Amino acid sequence: MRIAVQSEAFDLGAEVSAFAAEVRGAGAVVSFTGLVRDEGGRLSAMEIEHYPGMTEKAIAGIVEKAARRWSLADALVIHRHGRLEPGEAIMMVATAAPHRADAFAAAEFLMDYLKSRAPFWKKEIGADGAEWVAAKDADEDALNRW
Amino acid sequence: MEVLYFAWVRERIGLPRERVETQAATVAELVEELRAREDRYAAAFADLTALRVALDQELANFDAPLAGVREVAFFPPMTGG
Repeated sequence: MRIAVQSEAFDLGAEVSAFAAEVRGAGAVVSFTGLVRDEGGRLSAMEIEHYPGMTEKAIAGIVEKAARRWSLADALVIHRHGRLEPGEAIMMVATAAPHRADAFAAAEFLMDYLKSRAPFWKKEIGADGAEWVAAKDADEDALNRW
Repeated sequence: MEVLYFAWVRERIGLPRERVETQAATVAELVEELRAREDRYAAAFADLTALRVALDQELANFDAPLAGVREVAFFPPMTGG
């Protein structure tokens, strides 16, 4: 399991290739990547704040929860902070499991929990000013399905 | 103890962190003390349903005890992913 919280960009292809090449005992690798939307041209940048120390612990706790629930061979989470432009990758998860059902389910679970249980806060910077992104009820509801 | 603020809580209070000397027994009591300080604190803590709290980097409730806690953080609901 690897968790990286960083301001630097990551190479999605290289990360997934390395993850798949190093894992043992897996027959399936699933990856998800979140990008900064331009919101129809309205958004010029996204600023992501986080809580150093707690962020890494919270993500590790979420990955451990997933590992207890599904047969995971490995997991990778990379989440960026700082200022990002539309189109840039914010984060990625990759999961590896003996079979694809576990890899898909664990990746979705990680995404749902990272959204509302990892201490990141997004601020949208647009032509009309800056605004903190509000958490959605749907994000909280998404946790109930697990 | 160290008290940390993130996102709009940090912006409203105007500080990322500060050292607070308190006898508050619970998070709720600490919030009451902070609210009474100045308008900017009252504004930040106006609606507790819009806030989350972590004690020593673990999510907690507002009725949680503060005994032995070194770091308290207040922030809005998280928006990761």
